[in-house]
Amino acid sequence: MGTGNEAAVRLKMLNKMILVRRFENQITELAAEQGRLPGMQILATGQEAAVGVVLALRTEDVIVTNHRSHAHLLAKGADPRALMAEIMGKETGVNHGKSGTLHLIVPEVNALMTSTVVGASPPLAAGAAFAQQYTGSDAITAVFFGDGAAAEGSVHEAMNLAGVWKLPLLFVCENNCWAGAQSFDVHCSTGNIASRAVSYGMPGELVNGNDTDEVYETASRLSARCREGGGPALMELATYRMRGHGEYDRQHYVDPAEIEEWAARDPILLYRERLIEAGVATAEQIDAMDEEAGRIVAEALRFAEDSPYPAPEAALDHVWAEAGAKIY
Amino acid sequence: MRELHTGIAIREALTLAMEMDERVFVAGEGVGVSIHDNPIMPTHGLLEQFGERRVKDTPVSEAAIAGLAVGASNMGLLPVVEIMFFPFITLASDMLVNHAAKLRYLSGGKSGFPLTVRVKAGMGFQAGCQHSHNLEAWMAHAPGLKVTFASTPADAKGLLLSAIFDPDPVIVVEEMGLYFMQGEVPDGDVRVPLGKARTVRPGMDATVVAYGGAVYAALAAAETLQEEGVSLEVIDLRTLVPLDKDAVLESLGRTGRLVTVHDANKFCGFGAELAAIAAEEGFASLKAPVRRVAAPNTPVPFTPPQEQFYKPGAEDIVQAVRSIL
Ligand SMILES: Cc1ncc(C[n+]2csc(CCOP(=O)(O)OP(=O)(O)O)c2C)c(N)n1
Repeated sequence: MGTGNEAAVRLKMLNKMILVRRFENQITELAAEQGRLPGMQILATGQEAAVGVVLALRTEDVIVTNHRSHAHLLAKGADPRALMAEIMGKETGVNHGKSGTLHLIVPEVNALMTSTVVGASPPLAAGAAFAQQYTGSDAITAVFFGDGAAAEGSVHEAMNLAGVWKLPLLFVCENNCWAGAQSFDVHCSTGNIASRAVSYGMPGELVNGNDTDEVYETASRLSARCREGGGPALMELATYRMRGHGEYDRQHYVDPAEIEEWAARDPILLYRERLIEAGVATAEQIDAMDEEAGRIVAEALRFAEDSPYPAPEAALDHVWAEAGAKIY
Repeated sequence: MRELHTGIAIREALTLAMEMDERVFVAGEGVGVSIHDNPIMPTHGLLEQFGERRVKDTPVSEAAIAGLAVGASNMGLLPVVEIMFFPFITLASDMLVNHAAKLRYLSGGKSGFPLTVRVKAGMGFQAGCQHSHNLEAWMAHAPGLKVTFASTPADAKGLLLSAIFDPDPVIVVEEMGLYFMQGEVPDGDVRVPLGKARTVRPGMDATVVAYGGAVYAALAAAETLQEEGVSLEVIDLRTLVPLDKDAVLESLGRTGRLVTVHDANKFCGFGAELAAIAAEEGFASLKAPVRRVAAPNTPVPFTPPQEQFYKPGAEDIVQAVRSIL
């Protein structure tokens, strides 16, 4: 599995994963220094192979994401500087400091909507996919949600609607084994989410979510099917949340052996080794890539720190469209 | 008397209720195993004490949590369920607004729903508007629901005990910032009756009616104004439904001036109801217009300077009082 991908795509995936890891490691560092970051910080460390889904999409395709969004957004091409600035609550942030880390919205790269209300993303994505179908576009929508979210009624309702209307919607469940402090087996009775697809008349595939090639190939195949009018599909990435629910979570309820076991399956380490073995890149090239990612993140941090906070009164902006604006 | 944190006082109410009555059970997301291993959090340690039969960790399913409470209470249990953050009550709102609130009425009084929903509220911790949104006026607007909103550890304990053993559905709003505040709390089953306001500070020149953390902003404003020779009476409502209208009107009758304060948006907020009551039933006492101090009509912003700007503070109350003296 995986050797069929073109070298350029594989290198790009590794590159994005490395950037995501560097970016999030920076947030971990800042979060540990009290007062440098407002609010809670929720990271996707260990789940970076999800970039394979985003890179299987086209530029015009839409993604809808949730509270654990950094990997999706950076892979879709969001500017790390504006993301970092938003996380710090600065005026130059992607959302002028209105969102912060939890609801990052980057429409300019078709990262259309984010909701931190668990389970809200799939119905929103059904609306986006409907618009694509309605206007005759051949773009599709991919929506990311967690295994915990799969318990919300809204997720079932979105899958059912997408199934009966054959919406061009790729449901991507990142099953990272935990929902808050609840392990997957205590909140799901069937052992996986992918098998639910049957109830909605769509294909459902469970993939190794730490194998970047497998993620990419499955997403490519399923999204091609959506694009050709085949209707929605569901893929579940079996992966792991390496840093707890948020940076304040000490994971007192997790067996350390479990974390160790998954650390050995770190998607970035595995992919790096595989690409070197396949002759796609040398260790030196990848190290240089990593250094470059470090420079990008350092620059993003500098930019964010040098940026001002928005004016307090600007809290009142953005509730409505501009006065007098009309649809037509 | 002992000093306890509000979070611990709430746990004391839960513990007592569970010990006193086998019908009481607790359910919600992370009420047993929680990412917060902080002993001040209200449900900390309950699972160890009462076991999995009575302390139920649920999936992330607010509609199911609320439906569980409605169904189980109809069967005679006394559910105490938790909604993790106030905005997520919207996912439970069909069960609460269309069912918990209406089924007694629909049954012609035959059915009862003695359930309690503890909902965690508050702002000031930069979680943004999908985690911070005070919706107490929404809940108060649905006939059939009772709504409490405590400001002290003792009230948090006493109101929760009353709610659990009240025959109607009660929404118990817990302001998270107050979990970490300490105060005197009576031992044992000491209840605070629903629908009874508390005069926190007597005064003569104007009445400030508040609830939750806003009470402390009102008290700070009273200190400032006292230095100018103005005497503020501060009333803590404690329960929005049933509302202690008499306490508000009685105070207004003495001071002749009314300022309402809350952290929720002003437009259609609970302060509007109080102002309307003053106009309809206390008009003869009013020496000046009623003033409402509340948040602006925007969602809660994330970035610290804006969040601070958004939350009404003592200075806003001082100005409102000055404007009607
Ligand atoms: C409707 C709603 N309920 C509860 C929460 C609090 N909450 C935030 S993340 C989370 C767990 C979600 O688990 P999962 O969907 O598996 O995503 P993960 O965090 O594991 O990526 C919970 C309960 C929320 N944000 N929204």
